[in-house]
Amino acid sequence: MTQGHLSGQVSVVGAATAGIGWDTRNSVSEIMAEAANKALDDAGLRLAEVDGVFAVTPYYWMPSATLADQLGIQPKVTDSTNIGGASVVAHVGHAVRAIASGQCEVAVIAYASTQRSDGGKLVTGADVLPYERPYGALFPISGYAMVMQRHMHDFGTTREQLAKVTVAASRWAALNPEALKPEPLTVADVLASPLVSDPLRKLDICLVTNGAGAIVLTSTERAKKLRKPAVSVLGTGESHSHCYVTNMRSFTATAGVESGKAAYEMAGLGPEDMDFAQIYDAFTIMVLLGLEDLGFCKKGEGGGMIDAGIGPGSRLPVNTTGGGLRYCHPGMFGIFLLVEAVRQLRKECGKRQVETARCGLVHGFGGVLAGNATVILGVDT
Amino acid sequence: MAHTDCGHLEQILVSENIPPRPLPDTRNAGEKFWIAAAEGVLLVPKCTACSRTFWHPRPRCPHCGSTSVDWIKATGNGTVHTFTVVRQSGDPYFKTKLPYAVAMIELDEGVRIMSNIVDTPLEVLRIGMRVEVLFEAAPGGIAIPLFRAQSRGA
Ligand SMILES: [Zn+2]
Repeated sequence: MTQGHLSGQVSVVGAATAGIGWDTRNSVSEIMAEAANKALDDAGLRLAEVDGVFAVTPYYWMPSATLADQLGIQPKVTDSTNIGGASVVAHVGHAVRAIASGQCEVAVIAYASTQRSDGGKLVTGADVLPYERPYGALFPISGYAMVMQRHMHDFGTTREQLAKVTVAASRWAALNPEALKPEPLTVADVLASPLVSDPLRKLDICLVTNGAGAIVLTSTERAKKLRKPAVSVLGTGESHSHCYVTNMRSFTATAGVESGKAAYEMAGLGPEDMDFAQIYDAFTIMVLLGLEDLGFCKKGEGGGMIDAGIGPGSRLPVNTTGGGLRYCHPGMFGIFLLVEAVRQLRKECGKRQVETARCGLVHGFGGVLAGNATVILGVDT
Repeated sequence: MAHTDCGHLEQILVSENIPPRPLPDTRNAGEKFWIAAAEGVLLVPKCTACSRTFWHPRPRCPHCGSTSVDWIKATGNGTVHTFTVVRQSGDPYFKTKLPYAVAMIELDEGVRIMSNIVDTPLEVLRIGMRVEVLFEAAPGGIAIPLFRAQSRGA
């Protein structure tokens, strides 16, 4: 069934981050609740009005219950769906349906992690398939390395093209006062960084930081009475092709093809209508795959599109914060993609503002390209 | 090196000086796969209802849902679909093996499995190269299938 009747019914009315940094004296639940409270302040809504809580983090058994408990509220609906970094992007689709069907009126979606302060490594609850355990593949790094290797083999994608993803991210980060790594980088810098899992190098990999983010959603009808411009959810889509690297159907294409198609169909829009894209970039290859699979270029032409430019001033601005590569990366970056899309559409982005921003795409990948969720957001102009 | 009766298949005996290789949980549909490996045999699950092979081992065929799942003896030959050379590891065993190759191997029986490529210079690794199985003995009466570049004439 087409989902078009849901397009534009629900809007994002608040967005905030909290605790982004290298060090913290606060717990995960504290910074997650702080982000939620700041997003409610941004919306001009009261905590007591929140009756839907959507949350994910590897730290808690029942993340949405932990957040509701920390906030001291009793929601009617919660959702802790965990599909890795795509989780909160998928939560948007779930919240749209909960609000549109009357299950709840005001929904908070949040994520937090203090992985930098907890050992400086990615914190996940990831299990290992018995048929992979004896072989020492780094999770998720070696999976992405093998995707990179196959894409380079099949399509002639070059190391330089992939390095340019990090370079573009560094140029965006230089314009973002919240970015933790605003220093300029060159292709040579990326290619001189140590190999971790060939052909993937250290500067192909995201940062490991602390941080939290949250957004608030309600009906567009109500959103129009609130103080900030309503950012409407025009389209949402999901597709989940596997969990383990062993069972990937392809090492060069993702289920973003299907999640993107669903989101475009619901919105009645296409890639040519997007003024920017926020594509989860835990590894450089993810941006290239996102550009191809979400229809911004043809399969195999992602390298050429990156050569043409995805940084400031490019035809399609991509990852305008500096992304997980240079802004921050507390483990699941999806919430930061959404917060930035909202800020861009409200024209709150200062030096990195995409002037033409009326409509934008957010794509979350989870695990090794396993979970895929796409959201299309737009503002009335 | 203890040769098995399986021609080109070999067993590598584990040295006692290094920490053990991480081992699979065998309390599942794949138990027979690991036990057969100790006999120098590479098994692949095949559905007798729809006649298709699949990976990984499951009690039901993921193509058609049948519980009529059997095993076939694989040739042990395959092609590298993709690979990576791991340069860093926090694992006590794999730290001693750096750098080492992890690969996805397309078996001639039509399934793609993860393994290590050993006994092969890292610089000759290529997508599309032909590889053959060998087995590394492990505690508990099982062995771990590994691969190496196919010997000439294989
Ligand atoms: Zn079957």
